[in-house]
Amino acid sequence: MAGFDGVDFLRLDALLSDEEKLARDSVREFVSREFLPRIQEFVRQDGAFPMDLVPQLAELGLFGANLHGYGCAGMNNVAYGLVMQELERGDSGLRSFASVQGGLVMYPIRTYGSDEQKDRWLPELAAGRAIGCFGLTEPDFGSHAGGMLCRAVRHGDGWLLNGTKRWITNGSVADVALVWARTDAGIRGFLVETDRKGFEARDMKGKFSLRASITSELFLQDVELPEANRLPGAEGLKAPLSCLTQARYGIAWGAIGAAMACYDEVVRYTRDRMVQGGPLAGKQLTQEKLVFMLSEITKAQLLALRVAQLKDQGELHHSMVSLAKRNNVDIALSVARLARDLLGANGIVDDYQAMRHMLNLETVRTYEGTHDVHTLILGKEITGLSAL
Amino acid sequence: MKIMVCLKQVPHQDARLDINGDGTWIQEDNIKFEINSYDTYALEEALLIKDAGEAEVLVVSIGPDRVTQALRTALGMGADRAIHVNDPEIQGSDSLGMAKVLAAVAKEENPDLILAGLMSEDANYAAVPPMLAELVGIPHTTAAVKVERSNGTLTCDREIEGGANEVVTLEAPCLVAVQSGLNQVRYASLKGIMAAKKKPLDVKTAADLGVADQVGAGAAKVSVTQIAPPPKGDTAELVEGSPDEIAAKLVTKIKELGLL
Repeated sequence: MAGFDGVDFLRLDALLSDEEKLARDSVREFVSREFLPRIQEFVRQDGAFPMDLVPQLAELGLFGANLHGYGCAGMNNVAYGLVMQELERGDSGLRSFASVQGGLVMYPIRTYGSDEQKDRWLPELAAGRAIGCFGLTEPDFGSHAGGMLCRAVRHGDGWLLNGTKRWITNGSVADVALVWARTDAGIRGFLVETDRKGFEARDMKGKFSLRASITSELFLQDVELPEANRLPGAEGLKAPLSCLTQARYGIAWGAIGAAMACYDEVVRYTRDRMVQGGPLAGKQLTQEKLVFMLSEITKAQLLALRVAQLKDQGELHHSMVSLAKRNNVDIALSVARLARDLLGANGIVDDYQAMRHMLNLETVRTYEGTHDVHTLILGKEITGLSAL
Repeated sequence: MKIMVCLKQVPHQDARLDINGDGTWIQEDNIKFEINSYDTYALEEALLIKDAGEAEVLVVSIGPDRVTQALRTALGMGADRAIHVNDPEIQGSDSLGMAKVLAAVAKEENPDLILAGLMSEDANYAAVPPMLAELVGIPHTTAAVKVERSNGTLTCDREIEGGANEVVTLEAPCLVAVQSGLNQVRYASLKGIMAAKKKPLDVKTAADLGVADQVGAGAAKVSVTQIAPPPKGDTAELVEGSPDEIAAKLVTKIKELGLL
């Protein structure tokens, strides 16, 4: 929306540094001017992303913005979070693109990769010359990733990979897929160049949600890989889960962006919409909804900011990210639903944003640990008893 | 080559404006500011020259503490250093007073080229750039829609009435005030914003620049006595009907008014 100026009821801007505000404002402007004018065109397709924006996204430094070195901006986690917020204010598909590239591909290469892997991939991924995807989820194993069927077996000096991955963002446009597979020694991560023989990606169609994002299924049939393509530092399921903590952190912020977009739109709408001789905003039931939205957005902002501070101090526990992701996506979805409600019939067409965000958030609630999985992670944290 | 770019921070184009207590300016508390959009084109033109070869880009702005944000943005976009003239005594200056401050900076810095926006979006005088050029004693042109450099000569297309362009040449050092839309303004990248933290941003006062007695309301020969919102009109006419009918009615109306 033209003229989006954020939502800052408690003057939280005063807690941000100049760089943090500049980063947010620069991305906000980019999203308003370059992305949002085109979202309708892409939402009306079935799983398409404006790929021609990728060089600009890279130029802005949006891929791996909180990583250091290798052409990355090296921002702190507050700035990174604000950037994710602004991207998702545009669309969850835009934030997902950056989350996958940075949090799920660059982060694991940075953390678990060999120097050779880092040198080869990180500058290319940061510059958007290479696109990455993250293959963990399978058709039959979502929340229970540890049950994965994808297997990597020894093959000479290297490996042979077989299996299927599903719900993979950017699968068919990726140059490299980080595929997690079971080996005799446990779960390991492999960098699979997507032009290897036996690798195929097919796009998934018919999504009601994240329509401006490419979602694919990956098929690996006897894909041969050298040992040099295995992430040497990644051992066991905790490696992919640590990547998810990064991406979930971004989601906790991103959801605020989606909620702010809906709130901003509906405040303007209800002020202008005349009902029974006065603005819709002047009705008690409208005000109750707007107050709920503002309160929840404000609480989510405080939560995200504190989690960001803890992350920058190295004090963050993954369960804190679970709490933030769970809460912020949940309230964003409630905000989007209420906003759609207030928009009345107008709310069901894509000239307005609320329903697009609402549908996107159904996915966001489901991926990167479902709402219920985060509930159980927190339940275990409180009681010491796992109900997962 | 050294390029000085004059930036003004103005209220954000979407800010809600209220008039202040004494009716001479707007309430500035709690509204967002941004770089005057004409000036962003001037900055982009300087950065394009820098990208094409060797150039140091210096950005200069006058205003209170909030102006730091505008200068940091400019540094994030790629400018090399910034001078912030921050002095409450300058408040109330007229265009000439502002031009004198900028001229004092220019005389210290000796830029080969000064770039500025054609006008500011808030005050709209379009007076400071020509005044600045005169005070520094260099040639200038305004409303440039294209700037080309060859050795020490600049060739500028400038916009004149009726959509026509006039081509002028200037010898450096000189000042060019640019029209909006002459280039595609870049965004400050996250890396640029991080790098900007380490770039110099010097703060100066009117006294530092030796112009303390020439600025402020006392020295101003033009002062704003009142600003007011436009009066509410009662002559608005709602044209109703299908899009085709509305278009036809509008054409008739425009013809009636002799505008076509």
